[in-house]
Amino acid sequence: MTENTSTLHHAALKVEAGESPVKEAWLRFKRNKLAMLGLVMTITIILAAIFAGALAPYDPVKQLIWTEGVKAKLASPSAEHLMGTDLYGRDILSRVLFGARISLQIGIFATLVTLLIGVPLGAIAGYKGGLYDDLISWLVNVVFAFPFILFVLAVVSVFRDPSLYIVFVAIGLVNWVSICRVTRSQFISLRNREFVEAAHALGLPSYRIIFRHILPNAIAPIIVQATMGMGAIITIEAGLAYLGFGAQPPTPSWGLMISEGQKFMAQGQWWWSVFPGLAIMYTVLAFSFLGDGLRDALDVRQKR
Amino acid sequence: MFAHIIRRLLYTIPVVWGVVTVIFILMAVVPGDPARLMMGQRGDPATIERIRHDLGLDLPMTQQYTKFIGELMRGDLGMSYRNNEKVASAIATRFAATMRLTIWAMCLAVAIGITAGILSAAKPNSIFDYSAMFLAVLGVSAPVFWVGLLLLLLFAYNLGWVPGIGFGDGSWRYLLLPAVALGVRPAALIARLTRSCMLEVLSQDYIRTARAKGVKETLVILKHALKNAMIPVVTIIGTQVSELLSGAVLTETIFAWPGVGRLAVEALINRDFPMIRGTVIVMAMTFLLANLLVDISYGFFDPRVKYEDK
Repeated sequence: MTENTSTLHHAALKVEAGESPVKEAWLRFKRNKLAMLGLVMTITIILAAIFAGALAPYDPVKQLIWTEGVKAKLASPSAEHLMGTDLYGRDILSRVLFGARISLQIGIFATLVTLLIGVPLGAIAGYKGGLYDDLISWLVNVVFAFPFILFVLAVVSVFRDPSLYIVFVAIGLVNWVSICRVTRSQFISLRNREFVEAAHALGLPSYRIIFRHILPNAIAPIIVQATMGMGAIITIEAGLAYLGFGAQPPTPSWGLMISEGQKFMAQGQWWWSVFPGLAIMYTVLAFSFLGDGLRDALDVRQKR
Repeated sequence: MFAHIIRRLLYTIPVVWGVVTVIFILMAVVPGDPARLMMGQRGDPATIERIRHDLGLDLPMTQQYTKFIGELMRGDLGMSYRNNEKVASAIATRFAATMRLTIWAMCLAVAIGITAGILSAAKPNSIFDYSAMFLAVLGVSAPVFWVGLLLLLLFAYNLGWVPGIGFGDGSWRYLLLPAVALGVRPAALIARLTRSCMLEVLSQDYIRTARAKGVKETLVILKHALKNAMIPVVTIIGTQVSELLSGAVLTETIFAWPGVGRLAVEALINRDFPMIRGTVIVMAMTFLLANLLVDISYGFFDPRVKYEDK
């Protein structure tokens, strides 16, 4: 019911403003301060990842103890090393900047895998219903019952040497359930609309109705869910790396850095583990603000 | 009510079967011979063959599967590849520690989250509201293992208020930090949700009526509004169980807490597949059971939920 009223509301706005839905959403998005903050934060992360090579003051894997001697070993934050250095004299700031590449890479590719599995399955379950729906919903419930990280770990453990490809495929293999649920409920609410019946009457094949006619109308909640999921994926990757199952040394992965630095925390050398953690938090916050903003701007599940 | 519980139990059976089968398939496709893995380099072919036979690895896959399911029905999760220990008894000795950790984390999260949410909603846009919601946003986005390390750094290493890692003598002083670390994220989520649900309920007509009748504001919030605002909160507690168990895997590793999560991580490092299989199954069953309980508890919060109608 809320669905209908919101669509009507949407339509009314559209006539008044005479704008395209995308532009209209952008106008709403712009008015939301937290959403804009999320967008700016996300852009800074993307820029950091792209220009890490130019921005980073040092080579992220270069062990400065060999050139600068002991003073580069576990140096506390200073003007020279803004975030300090680690045991091998690697510059933490440079590693944090390069770490954005790893996290974004995982976030983007794992999300792609998630969408590739979740959207078609959700679409079939929602559109076809019946036995298809029962089977897919059963699979969703099964995957959902596993503790997320343990299932990803079990999938990763199947392979002998965990590479980043395996990590994002494994994350996608678990994470698709959330996208599948959203897609399914969208398709259920859209499948009996007139435009779908019209497409049916024209004798169009199912896959064409699903992908060309229904999916464009169901895309907004899927985008929102995928954006919100980015934060979760990045956290999971960090957790895997922390446990030693994700990125391997000397990759500048945030989770790995936290794990490498943790035994020095007790001695007071906190910077090795603290800065990468802040970077994870910043990234998760960015995507969560962005996701919230998109949800409001695209009018997804808006109650008011 | 009773019929509903039975029906829900019946619905859970195919899911349980699915969980068990998926993990069996996953562990069966693992490359490498477990018998060789157990013996290392020193095993001669005859011994390896004997071990393969003892483990039932020489059977066809379908027979291994029926054997596995049969044993599972009797509560037998097989033998660990590592130290000739029964997987079921290894998990049994660790299970209580995990439950203690997750239940206390959840209690802390519910107590802090709901209190903060109510106080925020009672005075929206106040300084308390802003600071509580700011902390909640941070709490939702911080990875659990990093929060654990920060807590260790501050309260164990710098201030020395609590002992560091380990189970110690099992006293609450060892439990405090891991439970807080694990509870931070659910507490933050519950606080945000409680606040938004309370605000929504407080704007409804029956609350205005109650206020107009002169009911005290405290009573309006705690008696009239709270119960209705709790329904979505109970739902999120159910889904949080899954995150808590996931988080326990990391938290137990950081704090060297002797629970099932750490057992699972050790098993993964050792490639001890029966142990991985067992821990994953037990954790998934715990999640399913917790959700069943949450589902049943809806009736308490919302009498409109008529189980028979479903």
